[in-house]
Amino acid sequence: MTTTETPPPLVQMNDIRVAFGGVHAVDGVSVDLYPGEVVALVGGNGAGKTTLIKTLSGAHKADSGEIYVNGQKATIATPRDAKEYAIETIYQTLALAENIDAPSNMFLGRELMTRWNTLDDTAMEDAARNVMGRLNPKFQNFKVPVSSLSGGQRQSVAIARAVHFNAKILIMDEPTAALGPAETEQVNELVQQLKAEGIGIFLISHDIHDVFDLADRISVMLQGKLVGTVNKNEVTKDEVLAMIIMGKLPGEATATEMEELHS
Amino acid sequence: MAVTDAPPTPAPVEEPEERSIGSLIRATEIDTRLLGMLVALVVIWVSFHIWSGGTFLTPRNLWNLSVQTSAVAIMATGMVLVIVSRNIDLSVGSMLAVIGMTMALLQAEILPDILGFDHPLTWVIALLAGIALGALIGGFQGFVVAYIGVPSFIVTLGGLLVWRGVAWAMASGRTIAPMDSTFQLLGGGSRGNIGGFWSWVVGFVACVGIIALLVNGRRQRVKFGFKLRPVWAEALLGVIGCGVVLGSIAYLNRYFLPEQVARQRLEAAGDVLPAGGVEIAFGLANPVLIAIAVTLIMTFVATRVRFGRYVFAIGGNPEAAELGGIKTKWTIVKTFALMGMLVGIGAAVQVARLNAAVSGLGQLTELYVIAAAVIGGTSLAGGIGTIPGAVLGALVMQSLQSGMVLVGVDAPLQDIAVGVVLVVAVAIDSIYRRRAA
Repeated sequence: MTTTETPPPLVQMNDIRVAFGGVHAVDGVSVDLYPGEVVALVGGNGAGKTTLIKTLSGAHKADSGEIYVNGQKATIATPRDAKEYAIETIYQTLALAENIDAPSNMFLGRELMTRWNTLDDTAMEDAARNVMGRLNPKFQNFKVPVSSLSGGQRQSVAIARAVHFNAKILIMDEPTAALGPAETEQVNELVQQLKAEGIGIFLISHDIHDVFDLADRISVMLQGKLVGTVNKNEVTKDEVLAMIIMGKLPGEATATEMEELHS
Repeated sequence: MAVTDAPPTPAPVEEPEERSIGSLIRATEIDTRLLGMLVALVVIWVSFHIWSGGTFLTPRNLWNLSVQTSAVAIMATGMVLVIVSRNIDLSVGSMLAVIGMTMALLQAEILPDILGFDHPLTWVIALLAGIALGALIGGFQGFVVAYIGVPSFIVTLGGLLVWRGVAWAMASGRTIAPMDSTFQLLGGGSRGNIGGFWSWVVGFVACVGIIALLVNGRRQRVKFGFKLRPVWAEALLGVIGCGVVLGSIAYLNRYFLPEQVARQRLEAAGDVLPAGGVEIAFGLANPVLIAIAVTLIMTFVATRVRFGRYVFAIGGNPEAAELGGIKTKWTIVKTFALMGMLVGIGAAVQVARLNAAVSGLGQLTELYVIAAAVIGGTSLAGGIGTIPGAVLGALVMQSLQSGMVLVGVDAPLQDIAVGVVLVVAVAIDSIYRRRAA
């Protein structure tokens, strides 16, 4: 762990535990994230990545463990709390209300109001156009329900929501799972851009190939436990694959086991 | 963060020129589904007019139609939000009975003992008590739905039985009458209306309102550089809107008081009935004014404030609403409480109109209210629905019923017709929606 370094990590999650009934979905996991850094959180289905990250985004409460934001202990019980700490999340499901339009979704729960305390839809549309102008200039469907948008456009809406509110910590859960190659490339560029602006990003994926190039560090989870965190520059994809599948750190797996990964 | 640094507002987007009826309608940005309903309503009206040999589209019949529609229309506006939030309220009719009975008992037996007979405050107290009771019952049911997690179908099905029983028990099945003389005005009748002059005033105020909305909307779009409606479309909307409002007032104002009532009213004012008789217009009935006010307020609530936006978001994706930081459970409680308050208003109108409360009050009303909302385009799957649509739905249903009574259709056939229309309306809506998607 690198807790003694300065500056303090943007996020530090210590010994997080979440159990559903008797199942330990997250079992004593600790991860951290520094400004301008991309930490990939990888693992197979059911490894506990999403559950872990939900304790940071406020969607699910941890049974035990601590979260520090900028070195200060943080209490995150609801999504609203997380947003107070400038933590924004792009969920795998996108979390969009399909029946309302893009600006309404972007500002859901944080609507812009007129001075008479009514919804300022025009101002929200204006803000949405501005953000979208940067993210996806081709996007023009601001007045139609999100249900009539394509997968990539919906993704843009979810990303625009996270970006608009000045996130310092961004959580992206399988952000490119539903996207074509061109749109994936767009998201990857965005990650680079946000990173350059000093935002810390948790990138969650079940597939190491999706995130290897973007990540600075890689944390691997298996069956609710953290296998380990490695610097991307010091490992190969195969070594990470061995962590994901067998739970073995680089050097622990034998040559034959490494061969079997590809069989 | 640089990403939020706004680039200059883009210039208004010019839409490519199109020339077809569809594109012309699109240019006005009128809701085509609402337009379809209006067309259906006109077809129903004209058909009944011909079928009844010219008695349907008379000022008198339309005036009665407007009064008969108001109670269901008032409650349907609340049902829209309940259904949009992926819930249902089956207890509306029974709640109406309990609230109606409460208001009647207050006026006929409780308040006269405390305040004296026909005290000027009686009607206010009765009405507010009814609305408060509605909020309480609705809020309680909403609490059980949202916080305990019992499906609303079950909670309100229970409510349907419970409140019906309570209404009976409150008066042991007696009929409670008469109502306070001021309270009776809420129900319409020959006294419960605002007369011809004030109806014109209401009409002109509505006209100014329509124009103000159009102007303000355009100003907002100009301010942010958004696409504008063509000027002809704006003008057309204004002219049609005002035309419909003022035309309706002009037509309804041709329904005059019966000569006897007119004479009494003139004599009370110290005048004498002229030899040739006199034409005093009823004007808009009070329950209709209440329904219009409720429609405007509920439309505002549904589209312009946070609460309404949240109800729609919950209906579209409850999980997304929760993740957006919305207090979804509390929003559901408020939705049901609002429904209850509207039942309170609906109960006041009905009890005032009947000038009595009976324990069978409001029987099957829940079904008419739900049907009005659904005919008006509210989707039972949640997330979709409009307040004006539901009001039109109520008007369509009442038109069918009144029309069939007028032409002498047997009662069982009336039910069959209304049932068929309900299913056909929703079928057309589903097909339309699938094609639009």
